[in-house]
Amino acid sequence: MDFTYTILIPLIPLIVFLILGIYSLKIKEKAAGIIGVSGLSVSTILSLYTAYQYFFHVGKVDGVYQPFVEKTVWMNFTDTLAIDMGVLIDPISVMMLVVVSTISLMVHLYSRGYMHGDTGFTRFFAYLSLFSFSMYGLVLATNLFQIYIFWELVGVSSFLLIGYYYTKPSAVAASKKAFIVTRFADFGFLIGILMMGFYTGTFDFLTLNDTAALQDMNSPIMQNAGITFMGFSVITTALVLIFAGGAGKSAMFPFHIWLPDAMEGPTPVSALIHAATMVVAGVYLVARLFPMFYFVDDGAALQVVAYVGAFSSLLAAVIALTQHDIKRILAFSTMSQIGYLMMALGVSGYGGDEGLGFTASMFHLFTHAMFKALLFLCAGSVIHAVHSNLLQDMGGLRKYLPITHITFLIAALAIAGIPPFAGFFSKDEILVAAFQNNPLLFWVEWIVAGLTAFYMFRLYFGIFWGKDRVYEHAPHESPLSMTLPLMFLALMSATVGFIPFSQFVSPDFVAYSTHLHWDVAAMSVGIGAIGILLAWVMYKKETTIPATISSAFGFFYKWTFNKFYFDELYLFITRQIIFKRIAQPFAWFDRNVVDGTMNLIGNSTVAISSKIKGTQSGKVQDYAFTFVSGIVVLVMVFVYFMN
Amino acid sequence: MERIIFYILSAIIIGFAIASVTSRKILRAVVYLLFVLIGVAGFYFLVGYNYLAAIQLTIYAGGIIVLFILSVLLIHQIDNQMDVASLARRAVVGIACLLGSGVTLSVIWSHSFPKPAAGSQATEVASIGKGMLSYGEGGYILPFEVITVLLLAVIIGAIIVSKGIRLSLKNY
Amino acid sequence: MPAGVSLYEILTVSTLLFFIGVYGFVTRTNLISILLSIELILNAAAINFVAVNKYLYPDMLQGVYFSVFIIAVAAAETALAISIIINLYRLVTSVEVKETETMKY
Repeated sequence: MDFTYTILIPLIPLIVFLILGIYSLKIKEKAAGIIGVSGLSVSTILSLYTAYQYFFHVGKVDGVYQPFVEKTVWMNFTDTLAIDMGVLIDPISVMMLVVVSTISLMVHLYSRGYMHGDTGFTRFFAYLSLFSFSMYGLVLATNLFQIYIFWELVGVSSFLLIGYYYTKPSAVAASKKAFIVTRFADFGFLIGILMMGFYTGTFDFLTLNDTAALQDMNSPIMQNAGITFMGFSVITTALVLIFAGGAGKSAMFPFHIWLPDAMEGPTPVSALIHAATMVVAGVYLVARLFPMFYFVDDGAALQVVAYVGAFSSLLAAVIALTQHDIKRILAFSTMSQIGYLMMALGVSGYGGDEGLGFTASMFHLFTHAMFKALLFLCAGSVIHAVHSNLLQDMGGLRKYLPITHITFLIAALAIAGIPPFAGFFSKDEILVAAFQNNPLLFWVEWIVAGLTAFYMFRLYFGIFWGKDRVYEHAPHESPLSMTLPLMFLALMSATVGFIPFSQFVSPDFVAYSTHLHWDVAAMSVGIGAIGILLAWVMYKKETTIPATISSAFGFFYKWTFNKFYFDELYLFITRQIIFKRIAQPFAWFDRNVVDGTMNLIGNSTVAISSKIKGTQSGKVQDYAFTFVSGIVVLVMVFVYFMN
Repeated sequence: MERIIFYILSAIIIGFAIASVTSRKILRAVVYLLFVLIGVAGFYFLVGYNYLAAIQLTIYAGGIIVLFILSVLLIHQIDNQMDVASLARRAVVGIACLLGSGVTLSVIWSHSFPKPAAGSQATEVASIGKGMLSYGEGGYILPFEVITVLLLAVIIGAIIVSKGIRLSLKNY
Repeated sequence: MPAGVSLYEILTVSTLLFFIGVYGFVTRTNLISILLSIELILNAAAINFVAVNKYLYPDMLQGVYFSVFIIAVAAAETALAISIIINLYRLVTSVEVKETETMKY
């Protein structure tokens, strides 16, 4: 089966971006919406068709999914080093195509209502298409360099979209912060890529992921793995650096500081980029290189992934307990859930049943995209109605926003892991994988599940129940263009849990079947229910319990509310140490010594010439005198000093 | 005998030359130059080149000095005292010239010229004419023709340069 | 040749005359005086040619011919220089050297 047509999937949004971007002043709102949505619809149809063909018809050969590659040499450096561009079709990339297409299409439809009346409407849709193009390209990448190129493109799109309201200083600062932090992480990513390329001799994913070669220490890609650096193979170091790039994009500790600030962008942007697609790019990268992570050095790099993921999810869940801004709560929730994904990859095995962590991670990525995007879009609907982001300005909205209320509830139940919604199945599988491989991380994530349920329902009750507030102008339900995507995503959140994901996605591409582990399921539902109950008691009606508890915790509450002061710490390091101690001396050197030398040369030339110019005095007598004296001197030299 | 004449002539030449370059009145400087030229003509007579001496007197003393005097009269500044260059300039130039003449003289005096053959025959004008205009060995016919062209150029150039603005405008 | 007068003495005279002319050329402030000094220099050269011709090559007359040419060229050059000075005098009403120093830095 020829999958070359998949090249159209990223190309169509690129063309839409170019059209909308170049003619952004001439194309009006209605036309821009139609062009954007139709372009993306075509890509969505192609993605779904690809998924249908791949998973159900031609992908499987003898029960093993085959990867399809179409690529061409893009840049030729030497005969051993070349960069290719192409498409790679295998289970996880097809799955990601479906995710990206669905969420992007929903966000496009939603934005037609949400951004209605905004002067930069066409520009917004152009950026959305640019992002879709970049994300598709990232997902379909065949080698490390191609993924890096699209990685940066996604970062640029994020920058443009976060800073969409470019007249707001906080939005501009947030977009810069996002770009700089991810760029800093990408520095590690680039070093990792270069190290990988140098020591294994290739960048291509299929060559790197060849499990037979990975287990044979004499194969071309592993022959340099014997070189160690601080006790670990250089390839492990390269993998950890590549993971650092992924951690930056996925807002893992310590690169997480940009995600809460990124909420300055419009809510559809938060839904698309910072909930469902871009932030999972890091997870996708680790999944892409999973055989390498697993086999090199007995999975040393994988341990790093697991612990970083678990720690990030715990940190984010704790911070989310105390935040007031609803979008920030959702941002920390995203960080926490992505921690789950990373941890699940980290504890995964490789063959057959052992690969449950990998499957669960991909499954949870899929379901999380659905309900997190839904949560963000509902939040957008609420913000659209109330014109404020803060919890304290909301309450009792269930009467005014019925559709938003029901869809939000479905999404909240999904994320809390309550059956039969999608979150239950995927989170359960993650917990099973953790339980089987790393009990410590299992207990950590179990606690995080409880915290997740608690803060999610604190949010739910705070918006839709709580105090029956009187609003100056009554909030109204959003128009159909906004509620239609909400309903579709709610349907998805309710039903995708029943997909037998292990039949499609597994680390060694062999389909297997999973079954429900009743013990783990009971534990996760139990703690979720406890979380919901606590939130019910504290927040359904307006009570003083929250205030009492927060003052009781006092110091701890303050630290959590201020996100553990990481922003202040990083600012201190950059300003006081890097700028003042390191950058300033260099700047002084550059200005005074380097520029000074150049200026010295120039000024001395001018000074000398102004002294010499007196010889051009215009007096013929002086010129003649110079002639005669010169002749006399020459005669003296020749007669007396040269024999 | 001839030595004494030579010394008198050289005294005239050098003395009036110094007077010409240091005099502060322009007409006196021109007249001192006239005496220098007469001295040089006398020297030519002494060595027996009568024709050259005659030319010297005619052209130099007769033509060029007259030219100088006429131009000085046109300048209307005969009675003014000319300015003198600063003392520093005069000193430096004087020392340089002394140094130069010292070097030249030392080179000349240290060179041994061959002894001249005795016997002097006076040269006739006819032999000068034949020699100057001969085509053979030692003939100066080419420089002679070039000089004629030069003189023609000088005549034309002098007319053009000295026409001046008023005369140029008059022609239109 | 004149008896008792050696070539050295004649060359001494011409050398001194030459350098007196150079001194006058560099020192004088009046354009006409500079021309006078040039005449001195040219005469020194002519004496040189004649003396060497008489003492070292008595059979030939090239020195004489050359001195004739020197005189001719000197005359021509003086005529032209005077006409230039007259023209300049018409422009700036002065024959001082300091009026002619405009082609400088």
